[in-house]
Amino acid sequence: MPSFADAFGIHPAAVALRTRRAEVLAANIANADTPGYQARDIDFRAALGAATAASLTTTRAGHLASAQAATGGELKYRQPLNASLDQNTVDVQAERAAFLDNALRYQASMTFLNGRITGLMSALRGE
Amino acid sequence: MSLFRIFDISGSALDAQTVRMNTTASNMANANSASSVSGETYRARQPVFAPLVLDAMETGSDGLAGVSVQGVVESQAPLERQYQPHHPLADAEGYVFMPNVNVVEEMANMISASRSYQTNIEVMEASKRMLQQTLSLGQ
Repeated sequence: MPSFADAFGIHPAAVALRTRRAEVLAANIANADTPGYQARDIDFRAALGAATAASLTTTRAGHLASAQAATGGELKYRQPLNASLDQNTVDVQAERAAFLDNALRYQASMTFLNGRITGLMSALRGE
Repeated sequence: MSLFRIFDISGSALDAQTVRMNTTASNMANANSASSVSGETYRARQPVFAPLVLDAMETGSDGLAGVSVQGVVESQAPLERQYQPHHPLADAEGYVFMPNVNVVEEMANMISASRSYQTNIEVMEASKRMLQQTLSLGQ
C-alpha cells in the first residue's frame, strides 16, 4: 500500500545529503587560508545510492553489509589541481561553484517537494 | 547535521579574517614608527590560523572544522637601520631603526582577507536562503 513517504520519492534523502554537502563545502571555504588544511567532499552519487538502496539485512556476525551502504556519505579528500606551498588544498573558486551548484539542486528538490505536497493537499480536499 | 552549523563554521572564519585585518591595520599604521633601540622597534605581526574542530557533541565524529586563530607571531625579518642624524630618536651615531613591515605585502594580505570575509558572508547568505525555503515548505 502506498504511503505518504512514497509520495515524496527520493527527495527527502536528497535534501538531507545536500545539507550535509553544504556543511562540508562551507568548512572548506572557511579554511581557505588555513595552512595544511585538506579540502573534503562527499561522493553524492554513491551516498544517495546508499541512502535509497534496499540494504541487505545482516542477521549473523559473519554476514557482509552491502558495499554501497558501506561507502555512502563518508568524507573523502579532494585531489588538488595545484596545492599551495602551505599544503592547503582548497581551491576557493571551485568550492564556491560547488556550493552554488549544491544550493540550486537543493532548491530544485524543495520545488519538487512543494509540488508533491500541493498535489497531496488537493487530493485530500477532494474539491 | 543541520544547515545551522554552517553559521558556526563560517562565523569562525569571519572571526579569524577579522583578526587578520586587524593585524594588517596595526602593521600599516606602524610602518613608519621609528625607534632608537632595535629591541623596542615595532615588528610586523601575522595571525596563525588552525582548523578548529567544533563542539564534538554537535558535530558528531565527522570532524568538520571551522577556523581558529592560534596566536599572533612577530616577524623575525631584520629591521632596517636608516641614517637620519636629524631624527629626534636617532642614536649617538645618527641611526634610527625602522619596522620590518612590508607595505606591499600587507596590502595584498588585506585584499586577500577582505575577499575571504566576503566569500564566507556569501556562504552564509546562501545557507540562509536554503533555510528560509525549507521553513516555508508546503505553504
